[in-house]
Parts: sequence; structure tokens; C-alpha cells
Amino acid sequence: MASSFLTPSTTKTRRAQIGDWLIGGAGALASFVTLGALTWLLFDLIRLGLPHLSFEFLTGDMKSAGREGGIGPIIISTLLILGCCLLSAIPLGVGCALWLSEYVQRGSRVARAITGGVDLLASVPSIVFGLFGMTFFCQFLGLGFSILSGGLTLTCMVLPILVRTTLSAMNALPPDLRPAAGALGLTKATMLGQILLPAALPGIMIGITLGVGRALAETAALLFTSGYATRWPETIHDSGRAISVHIYDLAMNIPNGGEKASASALVLLLMIFAVNLVATLLADRWLKTRSLS
Amino acid sequence: MCRLRIDWLVRHLLGVLAVVAGGLVVVVIFSLLQGAWPAINSGLLGHFFSDPNWQPGSVRDPQYGLVPMLAGSFLVTVAAALIATPLGVAGAVFHHFYAPRQIAKWNLRAMELLAGMPAVVLGFWGLTVVVPAIARIEPPGQSLLAAALVLALMILPIIALTTQAALAAVPLSQVQAAAGLGIGRAGTILKIALPMARRGIGAGVLLALARAIGETLVVVMLCGNIAQIPGSLFDPIRPVTSTIALEMGYATASHKSLLYAAGLILVLVVGLLVGWLSFRKNLDHDAVN
Amino acid sequence: MRKLLLLSAAVFLSACGKPQDEANRLIITGSSTVAPIVADAAARYEALHPEVRIDVQTGGSSRGITDALSGLADMGMISRDLKEGETELTAHRLAMDGVCVIVHRDNPVSDFTKDQLIAIYTGKVSNWSELGGGSGEILVASKAEGRATLEVFLGYTGLDSADIRADVIVGENQHAIKTVAGNVNAIAYVSIGAAGSESESGTPIKLVSCEGIAPTTEAVAAGTFPITRPLQIVTDAETSEVATAFLNYLKTPAINDLIETHLYVPVAH
Repeated sequence: MASSFLTPSTTKTRRAQIGDWLIGGAGALASFVTLGALTWLLFDLIRLGLPHLSFEFLTGDMKSAGREGGIGPIIISTLLILGCCLLSAIPLGVGCALWLSEYVQRGSRVARAITGGVDLLASVPSIVFGLFGMTFFCQFLGLGFSILSGGLTLTCMVLPILVRTTLSAMNALPPDLRPAAGALGLTKATMLGQILLPAALPGIMIGITLGVGRALAETAALLFTSGYATRWPETIHDSGRAISVHIYDLAMNIPNGGEKASASALVLLLMIFAVNLVATLLADRWLKTRSLS
Repeated sequence: MCRLRIDWLVRHLLGVLAVVAGGLVVVVIFSLLQGAWPAINSGLLGHFFSDPNWQPGSVRDPQYGLVPMLAGSFLVTVAAALIATPLGVAGAVFHHFYAPRQIAKWNLRAMELLAGMPAVVLGFWGLTVVVPAIARIEPPGQSLLAAALVLALMILPIIALTTQAALAAVPLSQVQAAAGLGIGRAGTILKIALPMARRGIGAGVLLALARAIGETLVVVMLCGNIAQIPGSLFDPIRPVTSTIALEMGYATASHKSLLYAAGLILVLVVGLLVGWLSFRKNLDHDAVN
Repeated sequence: MRKLLLLSAAVFLSACGKPQDEANRLIITGSSTVAPIVADAAARYEALHPEVRIDVQTGGSSRGITDALSGLADMGMISRDLKEGETELTAHRLAMDGVCVIVHRDNPVSDFTKDQLIAIYTGKVSNWSELGGGSGEILVASKAEGRATLEVFLGYTGLDSADIRADVIVGENQHAIKTVAGNVNAIAYVSIGAAGSESESGTPIKLVSCEGIAPTTEAVAAGTFPITRPLQIVTDAETSEVATAFLNYLKTPAINDLIETHLYVPVAH
């Protein structure tokens, strides 16, 4: 944390101190407003949903269109969809960014074309992705309403985030790393895997966090691809309702579904914590096995 | 020999991945074109820009004006970005330079949480909390302002987290040098850290803008869905995504094709803008390397 | 940690199995209003016939029609009558739903004449004081194009969609309900099923009568309520045995309780 070098005692002049207070104040205010809004939102969710959280809720079957019973199958479907998404998006996204950063001339036509393609992908509306996923993955590729279709559609949505954040991370690396590796006689692949990637990992993790968030929050695209089914999924070719779709259905379609919707939303937020925690632990572990830690 | 083989493999594998990643959008656009083809073929496209209203289902006077909705999409995106960017950047500055470690940790968790908040939850909260509050000042409450506020909340974590990452990537040596020179914290932030983090922050804002213009559920619930060019922040609007979401499930074949065409136009217009912005700012072109 | 990774990998790989055989599998798509009922009915049917697998998907009434016609789905669900050009399909009515006008609970007005409704929705009357209510600008909420509720409303009032002057346009029924619940001056029209459940559980809305006919499920069942829409299943000529068997199950009174929990009126007795 950089703040340890910038304790108030280094700000000598009066003007600098006022400036410090102003910026700190503005920052604190911004944080306060944001966290305040989030707390307000959480408060309503907790008030309505917490009474419904229980072990049975987390593991049980769905009954009465979701107004009773639990969301066990839905949690499993969501995790499988997320798994499909991340397993294809991370190699694609990080791989693409690495190629752009290390193997292509900056500003060349190829680089511009690929970055342009990825940026354009980012501007496709989520509902359009739903239509695309339905036409391409479900119908054209014949995957039908399935967890796999949903996961692959999510990959398209999450890809630009991963590419952009990985590129930023690679660009921000200290400039002497690459010449130093060259001086040591390391091959490009070794330099990439042993030095650059571990150094860029914190930035890449931010991308993964944002990607996970995006994937779990997405509703419209999943409604048309992984579908509405509430059975325990047996394979990724089965249709499975994602938790965001379930929340949508309960909130907008089922009368008196509001409380279960809030409870499911709380479960989703817990899932975000859990997935991000696991991702961070994995990343730390991987770093420790490299020469740099 | 073995190591060079691996190099070759890695280079080409990464290349394939990159081409797939960049080419996906072509598949998407092709798919959209397929769906939009009947509308394009029937010559209705001109109506998108000449008709004043959007009334495709009217028997008496069908109109297919897209311009108010395109305006709606852009206005709500820009408004949300104008709210979210200062809040996100200032919050990240606070997190990185001022906050004690415990608070910083919780701040990070909060941003992660907000990043994953489903659109329907945000939309519902907006409809039950934000809209009545705005309606007290000026009805109907469901308006450009309501949609922009909640959309800003939704994209804020993108800006905050990428700014944080960018600030963390500013070399410690620079910050130490500044401290050594007696430049205060404020000066270091304004004159050294933020400028050096500029590209990362720019990338984050771009991602946030793209997310905002493509967002569907939040705007549907909060914008009022009246296709018009708003006279004030309190007027309802209808972004293009809202129309697609509202009408797609109930549209006849020709209507559906119109919606595909509307989506395609939105993607192309946004893509052109993003491409232009990218080109101007040259985000990938670093002085380093 | 390594064990956890290997375990998750194993679980994930096992999930990448082959898809199930198609013969005993039904796919039903369509209206999101009918979907919850059919999904619950499907769960019951599967318990009775363990070899059958029924997947219910949403996507809107027109999805139901298109998929049933093209064969992508075995059956479609729609929340309206069949239109011209869709007559290749057969519609099987499961339930009836009424469409009623709702206002805020604190609004003193409790009945409308058809002319008053037309005047409100075309913008000719804009203040509640003209109707005997408090003073306040009427906040008119109407449904988006293509919705069955809108079409039924237009049919009843004789208006065209271009005539409607709305202040906000809503999508789902819940959207309309929350709009009215949050604003004393709002008016909207929604499904009786949705509005009834919400109003019973305390949401501050009020179902109002039109031309003196009260909007209750009894009135819909008796046929005296004028604005109704059917909730139906559509099939094309080539319906498999499995599909026909499930369709027959849907037409029995066995699922009436499912329909009634949503406050619709079952057709089968």
C-alpha cells in the first residue's frame, strides 16, 4: 500500500495540507456514497431474504414455482455454467492479450483488428447476446437449451473484460523485466510463464473478479440459452436455471415471489464471495510455485 | 531444440486464441444480420431514421423511428458514466492512498459484491426506492435520471477496480521519489500517480461505457420506456436495448426482424464510436516498449 | 488445495457426459405467464412417469408459436388467442385470466366507465379531480407492444396502439404493480392473477371494477368479466405419443390447484 510513504508528516506546506484534506475528503465522500448505496440495497435484501436462508433452502428441490422449497439444483447449475464460462474465457482472454502484448507489433494492423474486434464485442447488448447464443450455440451448433450453451454465451460477454484487464496488466509491468529476461537467455515462453505472468497476476485477477461478477449477474442471455429448467443437472448438456434467472422469475413473474427472490439474491452474493476467494487462493498458490512470489 | 519447439507452439497457440477472440464478434454480427435480413430486405431501414415515433404494432399508423431510442441509449450511458467515473476514481484513490488496511480490505470486498449484483436486483431496488424518491420531486419517477443513477451504481465497480489496479501498478519508485522530493500526498496523486495510471483508468472507463450501453434489465425497469428525446433529466426515455427486451418475446416475425436490425445498428454505431475513441486516445500505444 | 482441485476437475469432467436420449424428452417453450404452471405440472408428471423428461423454457408467446410450428419444441405455451396465420396449430385451453385496472390503494376512485378509461388512456382526462378523486396528475402506465394484456385492453376499449398516451410503459405485470404501488396517482392494467395475489399480501394497490363488474376470479370463472385472455398450449399436427400423454394430463383437474395458486381460473373441472 503506497499510503505508508505518504503520511501527513511529509506534507509540509499549508497549501499541500489543504490539498491533501480536499482530496482525501473527496475520496472518502465518494467511498461513503458508494458503500452507502450498497448497504441500503443489502439491507432490503437481508430484511426480506434472510429469514428464508437455511440448509434446506440451499440444498432442497424447488417447489411451487419457487415460492417453496429450495434452490439446490439452481446453485449447481449456476456453478456449472460459471465453470464452462471461465474454463473457456480465461484461456481465450488471457491468451489473446498475451499474444497482443508480446508477439505483435503495437499499433500494427493485426493488433488493431483484434483489439477492435474485442472492443466491438464489449459493446454488444446483453439481450442481443441472448439472441445470438440462442441462434448460434443452441440452434446452429445443436447444443440446445443447455448449461454449455449458457456458459459459452457468457464467455463472449466476459472475454472483453479479460482481454482489456490483462492487456493493462501487461502494459503496466516494469520495463526492465523483458530486457533482463533476454539478458539471462530465457526463451520467450519461459519469460512469459515464469516472469511476466506471475508479475501481471494481480491485474489479471481483477479481470477475473470482474468477469465472475459479470457472469453471475447476467440474466437475459442465460434465459435464452441455459434456460428455465429446475431439475438437478446431470450433464452440462442439460438445461439448468441460473440463479440470476431464478431471481428474475421470482421477482417479475411469480406473485409473492419477492421474499424468495431476496433470499436467492443473498445466496448469489455469497457465491460471489466464495468464487472470488477460491480464485484468489488458487492464484496465490500458483505464484508460490513460481520462482517469484 | 526442445525449448525452441515450445516457443513456436506457445506463439502459435496464443495466436490462434487471439484470432478466435477477435473473430467472435464477426460471428455475432453475422448472426444478427441473418435475423435482421427480412427487415433490411423490405426496405424498412430508411424508416428507422425518418419516422418520428416507434409504433410498430399500430394498425393505423405504424412507425419505426429509431432515433429517439438511439438518443436514449447514448444519453443514459453518458449520464451514468459522468456519475460513476468521479465516484469510482475518487473512491479508488481513497482506497489506495488514504484508507487504513482494514477499511481497504472491506472496500475491495464491497466492490466485488457490487460487480456481481444481478441487474434484476438493482432494477427492482431502483423501482421500489429510487423511482418513488424521484417522483416526489417530479413525476413520473421512471426517467433518464433514475436509470442513470442505478446504472452508475452498476458500472462503478468496473471503474473503481480497474483504477485501483492501475494505481497499484504505478511503480513504487516514483511514489518514493516524490516523497523524497517533499511533494505532498495530494501532489503525488494528482501529478504523478493519476497521470501514470491514465491508460488503465481509460480502459476501465471504456469497459464501463460498453457495459452501460448494453445493459438491458436495469434500464427497462427504470427508464419509463417512452421513446422520445427527453427535455429534462426527469423525462422518461427508451434505450434501444429496452425495446428489444420488451418486445422480442411477443413479436411477430417481421417485428422480430426489425428488433434484430435495431440491435445491429446499435452495435455498429457504438462500435464506430469506440473505435474512433480508441484510435484517438491510442490506448494500446505505449511509449514504453 | 490440490485435492480440492482434482476433485472439482473430476466432478466437472463427469458432468461432460453424453446427452440423454431424445425419445422420452419433451421440450415446451413459450409464455412466461404459463411457464411456472406447466413447469410445476411437469415435475408432478415426471414423478408419476420417471422415464419421461420434460424441459420447460420461456421466451414469450411468439416463441411458443414459432417453436411449435418449426418443431423445435414439442408444444408451445401462449397467453393469448391464436392469430391468423397461426391456424395450423391447435390450441388447448388450460386456464382463463382476467385483465383489470389497478390504482393505488389510497386512491378514492373505485370504478370506471369504459369512456372514462378511454379518456384517461388517450390523454383527454389528465387529472384525478375530473373523475372524483383527489387532485393529482394521472400517471398513465400502459403495456409494451405485442403483450397479450395490451391487445386485450385495446380490444375492450376499441383503441389502436397509436392512440395511447402513456406516461410510462411497462413490461412484466410486476413492473406495472410496483409502478402503481409507488405512486398515488398511477393507473395501470394487469392480469387479475398477478394483481390479486399482490393486493392480498399487502401491496398498496387496488383492483377496480369497470362498468360496475368487479374484477374477481369468480367473475372470470362465471364469464361475466369482460376483459379476459386464455392461457393455452399449442401443438402442431405431428405430436408425439409422449407429448400427447402429457397434454392429456395437463387437461385434467389434477393440476387445477397449481393454476389456482396463481389466481387463474382452470378450465377443466
